[in-house]
Amino acid sequence: MFAPLIRWLDERIHLDDLIAPFKHKTVPRHRLSYWYFFGGITLFLFIIQVLTGILLLLYYRPGANEAFESVQYIMTRVQFGWLIRSIHAWSANLMIFTAFVHMFSVLFLKAYRKPRELTWVTGVILLVLVMGFGFSGYLLPWNTLAFFATKVGTEIAGQVPIIGKPMMIFLRGGEEVTGATLSRFFGFHVAVLPGLVVVLIAIHLFLVQRQGMSVPPKVEAAWTANPSARREMKFFPNFMLREMMAWYVAMGVLGALAAIFPWNLGVKADPFVSAPAGIKPEWYFLFMFQTLKMIPSKVWFVDGEVLGVLGCSLAGLLWLLLPFFESDKTSRAKVWITGLSIFALVYVIGMSVYGYVAK
Amino acid sequence: MCADQASQPDASRRRAIELFLGGGILASLASFIYPVLRFLVPPAVIDLGGDEVVASKLGEMKPNSGKIFRFGSRPGLLILNSDGTYRALSATCTHLGCTVQYRPDLREIWCACHNGTYDLNGRNVSGPPPRPLTVFDVHQRGDEIVVSRKREA
Repeated sequence: MFAPLIRWLDERIHLDDLIAPFKHKTVPRHRLSYWYFFGGITLFLFIIQVLTGILLLLYYRPGANEAFESVQYIMTRVQFGWLIRSIHAWSANLMIFTAFVHMFSVLFLKAYRKPRELTWVTGVILLVLVMGFGFSGYLLPWNTLAFFATKVGTEIAGQVPIIGKPMMIFLRGGEEVTGATLSRFFGFHVAVLPGLVVVLIAIHLFLVQRQGMSVPPKVEAAWTANPSARREMKFFPNFMLREMMAWYVAMGVLGALAAIFPWNLGVKADPFVSAPAGIKPEWYFLFMFQTLKMIPSKVWFVDGEVLGVLGCSLAGLLWLLLPFFESDKTSRAKVWITGLSIFALVYVIGMSVYGYVAK
Repeated sequence: MCADQASQPDASRRRAIELFLGGGILASLASFIYPVLRFLVPPAVIDLGGDEVVASKLGEMKPNSGKIFRFGSRPGLLILNSDGTYRALSATCTHLGCTVQYRPDLREIWCACHNGTYDLNGRNVSGPPPRPLTVFDVHQRGDEIVVSRKREA
């Protein structure tokens, strides 16, 4: 059906040359290959976010007096509005989840090592930006939970010594969380972050494309010992089709979640009511939230909050630079990083669960 | 090679699989696109304006002048003639939807966008307007000038 069209295009722009790099690309085939899918699924969910986000923009109105009402309008009056918004909210959560899975799989499969340090660095920055998406998007419906989550979140940013206070005022668009904050977060959410994320995804994918897929050290060792055991598949179309199947499954899960558990809207934010009991941030911030909660208010002569924020920032920085601690081939560093990875995974999961059940 | 022999009995199976796969993909695409298309259609605005509106107060307008008032979500034009009678029409030009105005010098209704004119009965007399303006009923209730839609039949 498309053959004449493809021939027509090929005569003019030489499609073969364009597809050639993808045809040469191969994907290693071993028992851990399925972890390679999670980056792609995260990308797919991001595409869903862009599309549903554009749709929501048709009806959403930023502003303290209109935001909640416009989301209510989307949920109740616009046909399939509830579905589009629920897909946006669910896809956001699933995207952060798959991004975490992708990150830890890269960590445990040792895919971050030389020469892929930059891929790791762009990936960690992308994770931070995606969490920024979550944080800014959470405020946009202007409901009570979002209002207080933003208040607490920006307050935490304000704890950083010296630059904290100006940063908080920059984020809030003033001393307090008001309609001005909503305007800013809307701008970050629909203009600033998408721009940054698209550029970083482009670099991230370019690097993956350029360097090919990493093979886990143990598999690589086995293949070096026995070269006939080496298995590969073509990226195009073999791996591509498998990836499409993974996307299709992701789409099914997403659609089912959105249809069976539509996202709540909550109660309109009122700056002059008390915070409701048991207020918590979104699950992906829980491990940090719980860490901050557990630090005593004074440690020696330093404020507990300040210590917590500085500790988390330092941990984040070390995480970003992780591949550079393993650039030499000393086996001690390898063991150390594996230990750290396991600790990080257990810590993040443990603290999230603890934060979820804690009062 | 034996590929040719093997592909012979497979041809119909392959077609069946292609049919199921293609049909499935098309069906899922339709199920994605249908809600999106419905989402794009804005819900109808509930016109809370009703069929009647107070357009002016007695003594508010000078004779031989016009005034634009809100009639539901659209503008209306109320004219006070020199003889003291009121006249109310839709103010939306039938050409391309600009809001018309009363010209005291011509004693006509004029649209500034493309120089269309209507007479005081709303008939399109010159310029591009294809149809007359809708005429409304005007009553006086106390000191209020009330405009209402003409009752059908």
